[in-house]
Amino acid sequence: MDLYDWLIFLHVLSAGLAVGAITALWGLLWGTRQGSTLLDPPSAMSYGRFFGILVGAGMMGAIIFGIWLAIDVDGYELWDGWILASLVLWAIAAWAGGQAGKAFEADPVGRRAAGIRFQAITSIGLLLILILMIWKPGA
Amino acid sequence: MLAAIRDNSVNFPLFLHVLGAMLLIGSLAAVAYVTMLGWRAPDRAPGLSRFGLKALLIGVLPAYVLMRIGAQWTEAEENFPDDFDPAWLGIGYITADIGALLVLISIILAAIGLRRSREGGAGGVRFARVVGVICMLLLAAYVVAVWAMTAKPT
Repeated sequence: MDLYDWLIFLHVLSAGLAVGAITALWGLLWGTRQGSTLLDPPSAMSYGRFFGILVGAGMMGAIIFGIWLAIDVDGYELWDGWILASLVLWAIAAWAGGQAGKAFEADPVGRRAAGIRFQAITSIGLLLILILMIWKPGA
Repeated sequence: MLAAIRDNSVNFPLFLHVLGAMLLIGSLAAVAYVTMLGWRAPDRAPGLSRFGLKALLIGVLPAYVLMRIGAQWTEAEENFPDDFDPAWLGIGYITADIGALLVLISIILAAIGLRRSREGGAGGVRFARVVGVICMLLLAAYVVAVWAMTAKPT
């Protein structure tokens, strides 16, 4: 395996970790919806913290190895439109993810609606980045 | 930067395949994590078990179907030659097909486990633990599959 193989593997694995962890966090919201007795508060908090950290770790890995790939691979540049758009979306998604974590940590019940809104922004951001990565418009 | 620039007809099925795989990883990880939480806190295990078993039915199965249909559709759109049989594609098929069997076994166990948990007792917890272990094995297998799909060893 050469450097490119390792970079693409770690980039996709990190992205999978981020999207997978945010999927698990939507599962948490389903498991703690009003009237549900599936998850008790300590378990829900532990679960939320674990997958929240995984979202952050996955997003960090995806951007580090993604930028490294853009520099390493001939034909791609950091200032390509689809890569720049991805970087902007990544920043928005990361900010919203942080806000969602703060909202759920501060008051999982009272600030649930705000947390869901921020988590939705993160999820849409990640979905749009995935679309850009597959279609590569302008490349 | 998921792969080299490819024919446009491949993009949508590939998107479904990758999205399905990512949702599958998340669903499996959720089931695996609550199984571990239940091991560490036996008093909370019944609720965690029901969450894990329901998450398997609602999350893992649709994600697997999306990933598998996307894979087959992508391969069809790629128009590979008849003698095209690289190792990475073989690894993908092996992990997907063994995964299908394990997902099927997990679904049966989850259905039985949920019924047992509704009846009370520890039966549901035991089934959830077996399902959780299967999900951990599947997660490990799918990391290998991601490596094969991206690094494409010959």
